[in-house]
Amino acid sequence: MSNRRFSSFLKLSVLCVVLAFTGGVSADPVKAAFVYIGPTGDHGWTYAHHRAVNHLKEVVGDDVIVTEVESVAENSDSERVITSLARKNDIIFTTSFGYMNPTAKVAKRYPDVKFEHATGYIRGDNLSTYQAKFYEGRHVMGKLAGGMTKSNVMGWIGSFPIPEVIRDINSAYLGAKSVNPDVEMKIVWINTWFDPGKEADAANALIAQGADVLFQHTDSSAAMTIAEENGIYSFGQASNMREWGPNAQLSGIVNNWGPYYVERVQAVLDGTWTSTDTLGGVKEGWVKFAPMNNNIPFDVRNAASKAIIDIMTGATHPFTGPINKQDGTPWLAEGETATIDELMGMQFYVEGIDSQFPN
Amino acid sequence: MNEGLFINIIIGISVASAPLIFAAIGELLVERSGVLNLGVEGMMIVGALMGFVVQFHTESYFLAVLAGLFAGVVISSIFAFLTQFLLTNQVATGLALTLFGLGFSAFVGKGYTEESIQLIAAVDIPFLSDIPLIGPLLFSFNPLVYLAFFMVYVVWHFLFKTKQGLILRAIGDNHDAAHAIGHKVVLYRFMAILFGGAMAGLGGAFLTLVQVPIWGEGMTAGRGWIALGLVVFASWLPFRVILGAILFGGITILQLHAQGFNIRISAQYLSMLPYLATIVILVALRIRLKNKTNRTVPNCLGRIFHSTT
Repeated sequence: MSNRRFSSFLKLSVLCVVLAFTGGVSADPVKAAFVYIGPTGDHGWTYAHHRAVNHLKEVVGDDVIVTEVESVAENSDSERVITSLARKNDIIFTTSFGYMNPTAKVAKRYPDVKFEHATGYIRGDNLSTYQAKFYEGRHVMGKLAGGMTKSNVMGWIGSFPIPEVIRDINSAYLGAKSVNPDVEMKIVWINTWFDPGKEADAANALIAQGADVLFQHTDSSAAMTIAEENGIYSFGQASNMREWGPNAQLSGIVNNWGPYYVERVQAVLDGTWTSTDTLGGVKEGWVKFAPMNNNIPFDVRNAASKAIIDIMTGATHPFTGPINKQDGTPWLAEGETATIDELMGMQFYVEGIDSQFPN
Repeated sequence: MNEGLFINIIIGISVASAPLIFAAIGELLVERSGVLNLGVEGMMIVGALMGFVVQFHTESYFLAVLAGLFAGVVISSIFAFLTQFLLTNQVATGLALTLFGLGFSAFVGKGYTEESIQLIAAVDIPFLSDIPLIGPLLFSFNPLVYLAFFMVYVVWHFLFKTKQGLILRAIGDNHDAAHAIGHKVVLYRFMAILFGGAMAGLGGAFLTLVQVPIWGEGMTAGRGWIALGLVVFASWLPFRVILGAILFGGITILQLHAQGFNIRISAQYLSMLPYLATIVILVALRIRLKNKTNRTVPNCLGRIFHSTT
């Protein structure tokens, strides 16, 4: 070869080598999208997901590009949002029960995109579900409530009568009854996950009916502020709500979705993602607890701590017989524990809860 | 049911209906002048945010209430400018105002979701609240609730007992004739819109200053729309606004207490009730149109006024 040709060939090969290296080193980052039912500022349910997403970004770093869409209503509009996200993302997490059917529909139309639906039960080849065993946390909260209540009336602010909420009510009630056989549970339904005004009204109504410990299955910190104002107790829901209830908050369930999100996004990066149904509880670190209130007496605190350890080791299951259904029919025999299917489809109160079951 | 619970229910209803009274009485005046402002929800939520923010920073209830009022005025002035000077379609502009208010408040409020404030406490009027039975029932409300009732009286007095109120009503019924006589249609409407904004802002501030001491985006949750329906339900008569607000606001409270008593009323039916009642009233108004001319839709409601002279 002539000198000139050789030098151009050399330059070209150097260029190729450089390009090959830079092209190969940066793999395509995973594009992950999250659909939220409320604002991240709710300091409850959605805030917990947002915290987990921040954890995801910290751990996985540049290998993930995250999109978060807040306050998506659980109606046909959610299908539109999920579809537009499916066009541009590799994996989509929909974080509320009501997104189940829209997610399933979009998952069928976009078989190459992976979907993860929280708290639901429809799965597909590209649609996974994940659910946290909140009822384990509620059981512990119940033990605290049963020990701290003076009026023996607990109040529950319910959103929608889906199995998850019914399960949590039953679990908390059983936990309270195990330390205080005289306790009763009053339940009101406000048909929304997030409406601070209505949550406050519900809290006031329950207090007027005699409740001195409040549970909430809604997303804002309104009930905690009402509890604080009235000098009664409440539990933080999905996030630590101590700021709004320094005296009122006995403890709370803190949702910890971070590890799961990291695991799933990593699976997409590694190409090992398959459709799964994952259930995580206290043992897996998905359900954590807010620090206990200083005013809780030693014996009550002990009972709750022991319950946490027992659940973690598997020595206790919140739903262990003998338990009857609300109408008296036997459900669990002595020592028998509820199956996962029974829990996921629960649509009855346990014996001892006086409220009429919502239809 | 004991007396304490009964009083608690009455107080609960007063807190639930006061924001509706404020927003509806303001919108009533606006609609009486012939302008249809659908932006009530947007004005309310901006008032809610500003009341919360100012209370958080200054811890002065007086300034917080003024801030809510002022926020409503500023937001509604955009609407007033667009519809009265640029002659835009009132329905479209009002809807745009709602969307703008919701988005703007969510954006500005991002930094305040972690905070909480002290609510305005109810007051016991000395002497009067000591009267047995009715004392604690009627004279222990929150000061802003009394203000709401007072504003209804003010609007009634203005509309039906003053000359300016008469002119405003005339403008609402026939703006061309009013203009021909020499009244300043645009000025009256502009002032009415600002008043409506002030009241809506006050209604919104009531939420964060009296009902629940936190800020959450979208927390008015449709109360603005209920207020709009309330104006129709009240047949554009001020004192009927109170009746309607107690009905609409009270439904939620009663439903919650009914659940506590194990009386099962489907929540969906109760949520429908305000809107169904409004439709029924509208139909009844058309039927009675030929009898009472005072209790009907202001003739020029929603029509653009374009003076050619």
